[in-house]
Amino acid sequence: MQFLKLNNTIAFMSVRKITSIISIILVIASLVSLSVNKLNWGLDFTGGTLIEVGFEQDADLKQVRAVLAQGGYDDAVVQLFGSAKDVLIRLAHRDDVKAEMLGNEILSMLTEGTSQQLEMRRIEFVGAAVGEELTEQGGLAMLTALICILIYVAFRFEWRFALGSVTALAHDVILTLGLFSVLGLEFDLTVLAAVLAVIGYSLNDTIVVSDRIRENFRKLRKGTPEEIINISLTQTLSRTMITSLTTFLVLLALFFKGGALIHGFATALLFGIIIGTYSSIYVASTVALGLGISKEDLIPEVVEKEGEDQEPFPL
Amino acid sequence: MLNKYPLWKNVMVVLLIAIAALYALPNYYGEDPAVQVSGTKGVQANAGTLDTVTEHLQTQGINYSSIALKDGQVLVRFADYEAQQRANESLANHLGSEYSVALNLTPATPDWLAGLGGTPMKLGLDLSGGVHFLMEVDMATAMSRAQESMVGDFRTQLRNEKIRYRSVKESGDGVEIVFRNVEDIDRAEDVLKRTYGDYLFNDNEERMSLKVTMSDAKLKETREYALQQNITIIRNRVNELGVAEPLVQRQGAKHIVVELPGIQDTARAKEILGATATLQFHMVDQDHDVIDAVNGRVPPGSFLVNDQDGRPQLLKKRIMLRGEHIVNAKSSLDPETSQPQVNIDLDNKGGSLFSNATKDNIGKPMATVFIESKAVGTNPDGSIKFEKEMEVISVATIQARLGKSFRITGQESPAAAHNLALLLRAGALIAPIAIVEERTVGPSLGAENVELGMQAIMWGFVLVLGFMIMYYKKFGLVANLALAANLVLIVGVMSLIPGATLTLPGMAGIVLTVGMAVDANVLIFERIREELREGQSVQQSIHRGYDSAFSTIFDANITTLIAAIILFAVGTGPIKGFAVTLSIGIITSMFTSIVGTRAVVNAIWGGKRLNKLSI
Repeated sequence: MQFLKLNNTIAFMSVRKITSIISIILVIASLVSLSVNKLNWGLDFTGGTLIEVGFEQDADLKQVRAVLAQGGYDDAVVQLFGSAKDVLIRLAHRDDVKAEMLGNEILSMLTEGTSQQLEMRRIEFVGAAVGEELTEQGGLAMLTALICILIYVAFRFEWRFALGSVTALAHDVILTLGLFSVLGLEFDLTVLAAVLAVIGYSLNDTIVVSDRIRENFRKLRKGTPEEIINISLTQTLSRTMITSLTTFLVLLALFFKGGALIHGFATALLFGIIIGTYSSIYVASTVALGLGISKEDLIPEVVEKEGEDQEPFPL
Repeated sequence: MLNKYPLWKNVMVVLLIAIAALYALPNYYGEDPAVQVSGTKGVQANAGTLDTVTEHLQTQGINYSSIALKDGQVLVRFADYEAQQRANESLANHLGSEYSVALNLTPATPDWLAGLGGTPMKLGLDLSGGVHFLMEVDMATAMSRAQESMVGDFRTQLRNEKIRYRSVKESGDGVEIVFRNVEDIDRAEDVLKRTYGDYLFNDNEERMSLKVTMSDAKLKETREYALQQNITIIRNRVNELGVAEPLVQRQGAKHIVVELPGIQDTARAKEILGATATLQFHMVDQDHDVIDAVNGRVPPGSFLVNDQDGRPQLLKKRIMLRGEHIVNAKSSLDPETSQPQVNIDLDNKGGSLFSNATKDNIGKPMATVFIESKAVGTNPDGSIKFEKEMEVISVATIQARLGKSFRITGQESPAAAHNLALLLRAGALIAPIAIVEERTVGPSLGAENVELGMQAIMWGFVLVLGFMIMYYKKFGLVANLALAANLVLIVGVMSLIPGATLTLPGMAGIVLTVGMAVDANVLIFERIREELREGQSVQQSIHRGYDSAFSTIFDANITTLIAAIILFAVGTGPIKGFAVTLSIGIITSMFTSIVGTRAVVNAIWGGKRLNKLSI
């Protein structure tokens, strides 16, 4: 079975001006949203208390909110989590109340307000100072990862490809963050992990494409850089589609079956896969082309025997 | 071109997968609910304990599946959670405070497999349930303590060298020594530099003083020491809780992470961990009147502290010994007088300090002061604000010059002596700590997470398997074999690596690896198709397909691996959990998709003259 039977090269690069404009608009829109709407930072970053309570029967959120407001917790965010019986309560960080008491106090308040048997399923109390450290560390992790990738790709390929793939990565990360900002989805540590996974995935895609471009520059003696890139993209297209599809399938399973705790993770990755697939075709190649990649940059100076430039087989 | 693998390669593939399968096997057996009984007073459970426990369970009619004594702990396994709960409560009441009884999950790995080192994967708190604490060490106190001890040490050394000084006192970020003349400054600087080479010395002839501050390296070392010391003490306390596989780890410059899987009684855990108690020994000031002091005339060099009954005591400020030097403490009865006493053992440094401090004070009363630091809100800079509370818990007379081992008498009752010993043994924190973050996951939520995660993995797996067979036919089947082998390898490696813990994001990492592992096979198969389209022979196509896809797979995976390793190194918590499974998954998927599938492909299609290949 085959989805695509391609006999002709698709002129991907002919529309690169349009895609560049689209990408730039999307990136700017994301950055604007990030600075205006900001990210809806989760508890992991802001500090505060999160309490998950299991009710016997379906919970009445209005009542829960009323009870909490009466008890002086009118800043509480109350929502259902996973099912109608599981309630998630988020409270901002406060100095005067000790964490251990807060959990018990809230639970007894709720128990009084309802005739149901309640089960404390989860309580998280995170200090604000810790959040700062995590933001710093998370940002640092991403930056370090990008730099190391840049160095590796520049070393294995060529600096234009390195810049191309890192641009593609930054593009994907900004758009994913932008999506979370526009939709106001909660950004917690699992989402951060997902963003980092998007980096990994998008990189994988970009390298596969770059690798083929490099190979074709060496193999094909004719053609402009644009033509060669088009040929390479066409050749790798069916692989790109299949891999994206299988990864997408797996993530769908995660989204629908993985439970509420990794919903954010799955959302970020589902979006990241689509963006990553697009960016490996358009962003990375467009940047490398725009920087003036040419045959001479990739053809080894010494004529080698075929296969000599390959890594030795490790096993 | 016949595409045959040498025998050794085939053997290697089979062997590696077999070994991984063997070590993945304990996960299949799962875990039994169990109850663990261990001694609390440094005493180990013994055969007698084993008998007591067995007898008690039998009289209570609680069925257990096995009972064993190992490493000074009695471990009782049960068939179900209900029996475990009942046994836990009943045993805790029956055994009393001599033993700690803790709920536990014990691998049900068969003996032969456990003998080979097989254990199931460790589950993170989000999957097993339990509590997670993040504690902050009060570095300000740690530093001021270091300065205090500098003052004492300088005084002693200058006195030993017979250098006269006017005063030695803390000043700003260091210690200032004031002298009578310039020669003394120079002599003192020489002498002190010999012992304190890593301190910075600044003399000020106008003020006749020498200012000693810590170098940056020394500052760092002092902070590091405070953190390490606290970690050691918290580890001791955690052990008293009797938790299976607790985790105590530093995080950053002043934080300590404590994870207690399976613990549900957070109040007790917090009580023991959060007790930021420390002890100090001071001489009682007998030269001045307590009543005068209470009325406002506190002599310099002394201070007032209340005892447990609220009576004021006047003590000398000088600290003779701090609790951190205590290595062991036991309560007993004096065989001659039958009075309660506490026997204390000190470390070497504490021994010599104490020996010097007590030699001139024989026959005089010495007070043990209990100091508790409590977190009271936050400072403007976001760090935790601490407040000290002091109390005299015992006054005892020094009978002789004390060395590394000594005893304190004068406790009211054996119970009081027992409590004091417990406090002393729990160790004194070098600096107060506060819990700044707390996460508790109920056992039912943990179990639900595992189930949902497993379901997600299964569904993702089935979808991919179905698609691959549909799209690549027999080759798809080969890729699916590789995927299954890959899962086995990941689980096997996760079980083998001692530090690896499976978390919820870790499960997501496995799911993602499944998706991405397919990629390598897709790359190879698409290449084979290309070669076939270009009119190459079947064997040639297979060979070139694998060959030319290799460098792509290699580069793509190595870059992702770089990202994963950085995540592991820099990240914490969920990010780390994700990075672990992703890195392992990348490595195993490279092996299964390149070498593993090749072995199968060679076995099926290699060595034959084929004109057509269905792919």
